[in-house]
Amino acid sequence: MTSIIIITLLAVVLLFLGVYNKTAALVPVAYLGLLGALATQISTWNTNLYYFNQMVLFDNFSIVFSSLTIVTTILIILLSKGYFEKISSNVAEYLALILFALVGVLCMVSFQNLTMLFIGIEIMSISMYALAGIRKKDLASNEAALKYFLMGSFATAFLMFGIALIYGFTGTFNLDQIASAVGMSNGVIAPLFYAGILFILVGMLFKISAAPFHFWAPDVYEGAPSLITLFMSTVVKTASFAAFIRLFITCFASLSTYLTPTLWIVALLTISIGNLSALMQHSFKRMLAYSSISHAGYMLMAILAIGPNSSKAIFLYASAYSIASITAFAIFIKVKEIAQSDSFDAFNGLGKRNPGMALALTIAMCSLAGIPLTAGFFGKFYVFTTAMSQNYYWLVALAIVNAVIGIWYYFKVIIAMYMKESTDNSTIEARGNMALVLFLTTMATIILGIFPSILSSLF
Amino acid sequence: MITLLLLLFPALASLALLVLNTKEAKRAALIFSIVELGIALFALINFQKDASTQFLIDTTWVSSLGIHFKIGIDGISMLMVMLTTGLFPLIILSTFNKTYTAEKSFYALMMFMQAGLIGVFVSLDAFLFYTCWEAALIPVYFIAAIWGGAERIQATLKFFVYTILGSLFMLAALIYIYLQTPGAHSFDLNVFYQTALNSTAQSYLFWAFFVAFAIKMPIFPFHTWQPDTYTEAPTPATMLLSAIMLKMGVYGIIRWMIPVVPQAFQEWSWLAITLSVIGIVYASLIAFNQKDLKRLIAYSSIAHVGLIGAGVFVFNAQALQGAMIQMLSHGVNVFALFYIIYIIESRTSTREINILGGIVHSAPKLAIVFTIIMMGSIALPLTNGFVGEFLLLAGLYQYSAIATAFAGLTIILGAVYMLRMYQRVMLGEANNLTSAFKDIHGNEKTILYIVVLLVIVMGIMPNAILSISDASVQNLISIVNSKLAIIN
Repeated sequence: MTSIIIITLLAVVLLFLGVYNKTAALVPVAYLGLLGALATQISTWNTNLYYFNQMVLFDNFSIVFSSLTIVTTILIILLSKGYFEKISSNVAEYLALILFALVGVLCMVSFQNLTMLFIGIEIMSISMYALAGIRKKDLASNEAALKYFLMGSFATAFLMFGIALIYGFTGTFNLDQIASAVGMSNGVIAPLFYAGILFILVGMLFKISAAPFHFWAPDVYEGAPSLITLFMSTVVKTASFAAFIRLFITCFASLSTYLTPTLWIVALLTISIGNLSALMQHSFKRMLAYSSISHAGYMLMAILAIGPNSSKAIFLYASAYSIASITAFAIFIKVKEIAQSDSFDAFNGLGKRNPGMALALTIAMCSLAGIPLTAGFFGKFYVFTTAMSQNYYWLVALAIVNAVIGIWYYFKVIIAMYMKESTDNSTIEARGNMALVLFLTTMATIILGIFPSILSSLF
Repeated sequence: MITLLLLLFPALASLALLVLNTKEAKRAALIFSIVELGIALFALINFQKDASTQFLIDTTWVSSLGIHFKIGIDGISMLMVMLTTGLFPLIILSTFNKTYTAEKSFYALMMFMQAGLIGVFVSLDAFLFYTCWEAALIPVYFIAAIWGGAERIQATLKFFVYTILGSLFMLAALIYIYLQTPGAHSFDLNVFYQTALNSTAQSYLFWAFFVAFAIKMPIFPFHTWQPDTYTEAPTPATMLLSAIMLKMGVYGIIRWMIPVVPQAFQEWSWLAITLSVIGIVYASLIAFNQKDLKRLIAYSSIAHVGLIGAGVFVFNAQALQGAMIQMLSHGVNVFALFYIIYIIESRTSTREINILGGIVHSAPKLAIVFTIIMMGSIALPLTNGFVGEFLLLAGLYQYSAIATAFAGLTIILGAVYMLRMYQRVMLGEANNLTSAFKDIHGNEKTILYIVVLLVIVMGIMPNAILSISDASVQNLISIVNSKLAIIN
């Protein structure tokens, strides 16, 4: 709870710093504040505290996921030094909006009441709509914001309607009470309750950009500034999955026979559509956008188990994915700045121009492709194991074929870096914060790839 | 402890090569690989020739999933470790006459691959096995894709994607078996051996494993990646792939596939043997028509591996022992053949059989060693190739005479295309390309003389090798037979 307050105040402080033009202080203050929030969050480990008439519950689940999102945000803010200045003169707005979104995220991972879920999603989404369109003179950015806003509001309306229907059946917004209402119904459940679940499902699937609700994602990801895209594809996605699984494990686990057929079809569609579209891309950023859709599909496979193992699998997957994405985007931003292009060709010759950076990106791509000794492999391993423990063998077989397709496009980057020559042979330098972030994420990818128990033992 | 050292030393050596930033990366790599050979020899000396798994290390790795870091060496592993550690110094020495760009990365990748290979041969935990399996693949992909020939990018990506597809199916199979293990699940090999699986599941698992191992070896019809990759990869990578890496597939079948799914093996071995035998005849016939030396050896390698595959799927003592010794012989011979091709190519800048000829006049020493190695490759008695192929064919004969007749063609056809190639490349009139051919000298001499010595010693004293793996092979066969006895 303290962390939510800290981050809210922090955002306000940043806005004031912006008003008084203390731009140099923005980034340090932001990450110090976030470190403080992280510390208070971790200090409540194993306490399971309720707040505000059981609106939120800070259990270990919420601590684990909120810590992941806070850490990711810290890394993104570290990268932002010097990035937002190039886009606009009001850097404070960016940081404040990111932090407001993070407040929404924290509500989403710790809600105990459906109203809180809705409020969390809205706090996050409205900040994100603004962030997507923050380059106000850029056409793509505007298109991104408009698309995201229109589709997003539509999805939120579905979610709202779903919540209302569930309230109609159970007479409560509280997750535990909903769960006991479902448990006591003796199998006599009103059709409108199922409709309610379905509507909530639509709303959540939109947020995690699962097929067939994914059409907004590529354009929004491509149009938004790269760091915002990174924030969307890591923090927002992790939080949406956390909310999704929290809701379904607590309330609807006993209805899993009704839910899983929908979920596995959606998962398979999401993986395949994301993958096949990523294969066609010439732009690195768009490839990452589509591959992020397919990663959502893999994570959905873990949800099929609807139980503690799903949270573990999703957490590992989301961590590995977030870490590798940070590396990929950090390098992409740098490369784009120099080559003025976001195609794969921009990476040509990076192996010679900056071997360290190329190695980091290679490891990140291997992690995203799920190759052993990287964190991404354990993510996939947990997901596959979880799905197979529920006997989804054909789903896993098809997911494997997709994983192989994934290698094809991730290795395009590696091939460009090491096996193609660039016309421009000047060295690309990574200094300061960027070098630090790359070092941290690369080390984390390898260490988690060898010792996944560090994370898996949290559950 | 010694197993851990065997596994970690090359990995650390790889890091050291990257970090130390030495100008002498070649020498450092050679020294590292010789030290590794020394460790392996030390293990060999202390090895008891019985069926037990020795130098065992077992610690928890990921406790929540029952994954253990469990490694140990039995007779079968011992031979594979000797093959790997023995060939590495030779392969590294064979690169001494050429300077690669970004040398330290090149040798670091080689050493890392050695760690992966050793890991595959010593792991007793399925998860560890899978990890090492991939850890061996990634470095060789990069070696082939970065330092290879003109068409390398497509060829190696095909190879990589192909093998990953196979190994992911193996991963799914391993996870399935893991989920069937009793109690708190485990990836332990012995638990896998004891787990009872129903026959339908076994069949699916059999084919999932088969795809993974057949792609690696490769067995017909999963071989399409192989000729292109062997041709496009730089010679050291070709050596690694053909001399050591394909044995991972054979080893996988022996250790991880047949004893785990014996019932499906009994049901489907006919098909696996048929595919292997088709591969022998098919590859031999194609080898006959090759114009490129490297491609010819690539196809001959498919033929040789086909015979090993057929023998392994017969799974009797004779055939398995034959497969063991043939894996070593094939490793040594194919390494030497690729090296000779490399020598010829580096002096004449061509691998075209048609435009070479008459090398014997200016390079008599090369001609002699080439002859001996070729005799080993076409399985002449008293050479290393003979023992293995004889045992394999004898083992196969107990299963089916017809299959043996077709498989026996490998010796005849092999002799035909190899001798024909030898005649066109080495004999005849020297032309302006080959008249100034320099005979082997220095490192080349050292390497080829060592190989010739191995070809002859292994041919005359096969028992020294066979006795190492004998007890372990018998043990595996009795495990499979006792599992089958329960079912029948």
